[in-house]
Amino acid sequence: MILDAKIPEGPIEEKWDAWLDAHRMIGPGNRPGRRVIVVGTGLAGASASASLAALGYRVDAFCFQDSARRAHSIAAQGGINAAKDYASEGDSIRRLFVDTIKGGDFRAREANVWRLAQLSANIIDQAVAQGVPFNREYSGELATRSFGGVLVQRTFYARGQTGQQLLLGAYSALQAQVAAGRAHVHNRHEMLDVVIVDGRARGIIARNLVTGEIERHVADAVVLASGGYSNVFYLSTNAMGSNVTATWKAHKRGALFANPCFTQIHPTCIPQTGEYQSKLTLMSESLRNDGRVWVPRDPNETRDPNDIPEEDRYYFLEERYPSFGNLVPRDIASRAVKAVCDEGLGVGPVKRGVYLDFRDAIARQGREAIAARYGNLFDMYRRITAVDPYHEPMQIYPAPHYTMGGLWVDYELQTTIPGLFAIGEANFSDHGANRLGASAMMQCLADGYFIVPRTVTNYMATLDGSVSPDEPAFAQTEREVVERIERLMGIGGRTAPQVFHRQLGQIMLDKCGMSRNAEGLQEAMREIAAVREAFWSDLFIDGRADELNPSLEYAGRLADFLELAELMCLDALRREESCGGHFREEHQTEDGEALRDDEHFAKVTAWAHTEDGRPVPHDEPLVFNEVALATRSYK
Amino acid sequence: MRFTLEVWTQASRDEEGHFERYDVDGIDPDASFLEMLDELNARLAAEGKRTIAFDSDCREGICGMCSLTIDGQPHGPNQVTTCQTFMRDFEDGATIRVEPFRSGAFPVVRDLVTDRSALDRIVQAGGYVTTKTGPKPDPNAAPVPPAVQQKVMDAAACIGCGACVAACPNGAAMLFTGAKVTHFNLLPQGQPERASRARSLVLAMDAEGFGGCTNYGECARVCPQEIPLDVIGMLNREYRRGARREDDTVGTRT
Amino acid sequence: MREFWSSSIGKKIAVGISGAILVAYLVLHMVGNLNALYGAGDGDARVDDYAHWLREFGEPLLPHAFVLWVVRVVLLCALVVHVTGIVQLRRRAAAARGPHKAKPIGRSLASRTMVVTGVLVLAFVVFHILQFTTLTIDVTPLREGAVYANLYWAFQKWYFVLIYVLGVCAIAFHLRHGIWSAAQTLGYVRPNRDRAIRSAATWGSIVIAAGFLSIPVCFWTGVLGAPA
Ligand SMILES: Cc1cc2nc3c(=O)[nH]c(=O)nc-3n(C[C@H](O)[C@H](O)[C@H](O)COP(=O)(O)OP(=O)(O)OC[C@H]3O[C@@H](n4cnc5c(N)ncnc54)[C@H](O)[C@@H]3O)c2cc1C
Ligand code: HEM
Ligand code: FES
Repeated sequence: MILDAKIPEGPIEEKWDAWLDAHRMIGPGNRPGRRVIVVGTGLAGASASASLAALGYRVDAFCFQDSARRAHSIAAQGGINAAKDYASEGDSIRRLFVDTIKGGDFRAREANVWRLAQLSANIIDQAVAQGVPFNREYSGELATRSFGGVLVQRTFYARGQTGQQLLLGAYSALQAQVAAGRAHVHNRHEMLDVVIVDGRARGIIARNLVTGEIERHVADAVVLASGGYSNVFYLSTNAMGSNVTATWKAHKRGALFANPCFTQIHPTCIPQTGEYQSKLTLMSESLRNDGRVWVPRDPNETRDPNDIPEEDRYYFLEERYPSFGNLVPRDIASRAVKAVCDEGLGVGPVKRGVYLDFRDAIARQGREAIAARYGNLFDMYRRITAVDPYHEPMQIYPAPHYTMGGLWVDYELQTTIPGLFAIGEANFSDHGANRLGASAMMQCLADGYFIVPRTVTNYMATLDGSVSPDEPAFAQTEREVVERIERLMGIGGRTAPQVFHRQLGQIMLDKCGMSRNAEGLQEAMREIAAVREAFWSDLFIDGRADELNPSLEYAGRLADFLELAELMCLDALRREESCGGHFREEHQTEDGEALRDDEHFAKVTAWAHTEDGRPVPHDEPLVFNEVALATRSYK
Repeated sequence: MRFTLEVWTQASRDEEGHFERYDVDGIDPDASFLEMLDELNARLAAEGKRTIAFDSDCREGICGMCSLTIDGQPHGPNQVTTCQTFMRDFEDGATIRVEPFRSGAFPVVRDLVTDRSALDRIVQAGGYVTTKTGPKPDPNAAPVPPAVQQKVMDAAACIGCGACVAACPNGAAMLFTGAKVTHFNLLPQGQPERASRARSLVLAMDAEGFGGCTNYGECARVCPQEIPLDVIGMLNREYRRGARREDDTVGTRT
Repeated sequence: MREFWSSSIGKKIAVGISGAILVAYLVLHMVGNLNALYGAGDGDARVDDYAHWLREFGEPLLPHAFVLWVVRVVLLCALVVHVTGIVQLRRRAAAARGPHKAKPIGRSLASRTMVVTGVLVLAFVVFHILQFTTLTIDVTPLREGAVYANLYWAFQKWYFVLIYVLGVCAIAFHLRHGIWSAAQTLGYVRPNRDRAIRSAATWGSIVIAAGFLSIPVCFWTGVLGAPA
């Protein structure tokens, strides 16, 4: 298959405008007759739903939570980037573009990233117009700060609740459309399959999670905004319910899945303390602006951290990366933390942790200033660990956090199934092999507010006629969904889903996590297959399928993770290079830095599902005209 | 640690509920309350028994999904969300009563899971700035003074969990609604709809069957985001202002 | 207006305003009553003059006792609004809450007992009117216009003193939450005024209670002597 990204001709600065000028439109009178399904109400889904409905289309939005506002975007803390140059540092669209391409280790598509940088400023304007209370300076003007691996202050934030405030902006815009009768939010609904009629996505099958009813929903276009799949690692910073089901089902119906092995392990999370733990909590990356990361030089150190003198502290990020120091990008920081812990220098009960210390910052700037900046993060840390970070350094360790991989989409954010779009974290698009801090939300909102409403319009303008839910394809897909639920319910084993999930997570973390090698990946694939087999023969689900049944929901999501995990390993195995979050031990420099192979792997790998279960890779070559391919260096 | 739990069990909205007793032991003091329930569920599942349904998602105190009443107090003893409540805060061997959020407007869906969509419907009535996606003025054209910004953020921090409603002897949603009105009515962007917003929201709040406020203040005592009671004063003020200005568009939106 | 009354906040505002009117009256009433503290005088107690003056107020421009009746009508209306509003709000709240009652977390005793103290106040007010205004409860010799004497004889009986102490305490308790609550309902409470309003409510109710109670107590303890 030739992957056509449909990138418009012309200079990069003009591509999007050229596309907009040429795209097909639908008259206002015809819009109410057009229906769009949006799966997901996170930043991407809510912004898309609100914008599409405001255009006049009928929108059906779905989320599995009890309210659209609870999508996991709500948890984003740190901020959102925009090339507005409010800090007067000479920031520009091009700089944001270059940073994102470089940060992604040259594995993202230039045209998409340019458009992202171009739209970034509009997002802030849009959000402020909705009443999003970004932090402001004393003058009343918007405040910005620098964030994770960039040298300019282009990150807008709302205390430590940027995601929440942005999501509430999008959510409330969506609620306005619900009130106007154009949008309908189906909460506590889970999409379990996409329905393809004559090669086009024409609807979904969803399960009403309260009644267990299986429902058919018809549309002219389907937009997936279902978030990322970090939960394949069991413990991650994602919410308990975050899952891959929507995109995985689309994949199995023909949508290609791109770069599944590109996952981001976030350096600053609270370390795991026990088996019982159900999730890992992120401490915002912004903490690295003032906190210093260190471990004791002596692996047998027993002193209290505050009693360890300067010369016995190993500030490994500052020593290894003098120019960026504690602010190196996430993948680099995470690997460095893992490396020192592997050397036995880690701290904490299981020696998988490093200190993030605010002693110097507090001494220099005063407790007040630090509290003003990070007060709620410090409170959160103390609440969870019962340790007061004003007096004792925090302990942190990397945790799976974000997935750059996702459904392959073209410039129009359309998957390889016509009429099926993917936006937000669910697609693979703009972050290459590593996402920069504060760029995910930017991408979600650029996709949702500004891109997909146009491209869906462009797509629907070519459609004629609508389909009915009585179409055989709907009946067939519904039957398959029901059969699968029956199969899950009927296993009749003795083991709860969580047990398998824990096993899967351990395999993935060990062998397809921060560093990978061929042998481990092959082993992982065998082990995953074994867990999958055990799952399908020994799973226990209590309750019934026709009632609210959290165990059943969990099992269904896990079944998809068990398939995805194998594809991730396969993809990691095929990508014989190290880039961004993907670190292959076979490909590193002498001092342990990642070694990219641009000659063979400056490309996107998009996997096709096949009937015999053996995925087939398709490559989309990446061409870099604007930024010269170069080795990332944060030294 | 070990605990005896009395857990509300209810098959569905239309069925009667009752308390069921469970004993759990070997619980790590650093486990969260929900992780303790996970553990209990895992053990129940291992014995082939019915597990307990409860809501949670982010487990970091921001999504507002978790919603247990623990020993009569929404979210638990510490004025943080249930997911941020840890077992070290309870005495070893304690008997703990676990119920769903209680309020007429929050019908129980199953066990500890309730339907809080009434809060969404309040927002639909006008808890937003009406604006389409498109070109917008530069944000710095309408500066927001620090004092206003502070109040707005304090109110906007609401996570919509509904603990305020569950704590209120009157089943009122005033803290929630007040937070919305405070957030939008103080911002420059919220001014055009200012007069109608409070009225619309109060109409919706009443239509959902929430009770009236008698200023007990329980809502603010359980709010994990520490939304101040002041937002209710603000709601009252704004309602009074709005009620003076008859505005025909109010209410027709809902 | 209809929307206002049927909305929960509107109704509550009406309760607050009517309550405030009643409080305002209460303050005036208390200050007026303090005239009794001047004692019996020489056959013409000051409080008797005061009662007389109240009735003649505005004459001859206004008919006899006109202002008094206006006040009475206003008070009655306020009371009707207040009680009707409360009854309706409480029913609404009970329905909204559902069958599972809310555990007290930190609410004050005064706020929890508003209905109880309210009913006590109502009962007390009725009793009070029957005794000193309509002179119906004629246990002690009562005479129209002889306010001081009426008070004196009434408060020689320990059970009347007790009733007044309890009634006034109920009022004070009701107002301790009521004054602050009304301020909040009407939107006057702001963070920087909150403490001030709360202590005003507490001290206000104490002063009102002390003012009212000084009279029965002074009669009972003999500080105020028999009428001339
Ligand atoms: C702790 C944390 C902190 C972060 N901080 C930042 C930050 O500071 N800056 C930044 O830019 N990014 C940050 N990110 C990343 C960013 O928040 C996410 O990438 C982004 O919010 C994803 O948004 P989304 O709309 O794609 O998906 P989500 O917000 O995850 O939404 C997914 C939606 O899909 C629905 N859904 C999923 N599957 C189904 C299904 N099968 N059927 C029906 N509905 C379904 C869900 O109900 C939900 O509504 C952070 C992420 C985390 C986890
Ligand atoms: C006659 C019988 C009375 C009853 C049954 C009664 C009952 C109540 C109740 C239940 C409340 C609670 C309001 C709330 O929901 O917080 C209340 C409030 C109040 N009452 Fe009364 N009351 C009575 C008489 C009075 C009197 C005589 C006064 C004045 C002296 C008064 C003044 C107030 C005030 C100021 C409030 C506060 C209103 C608010 O919160 O907005 N009440 N009353
Ligand atoms: S689970 Fe999200 S707030 Fe508790």
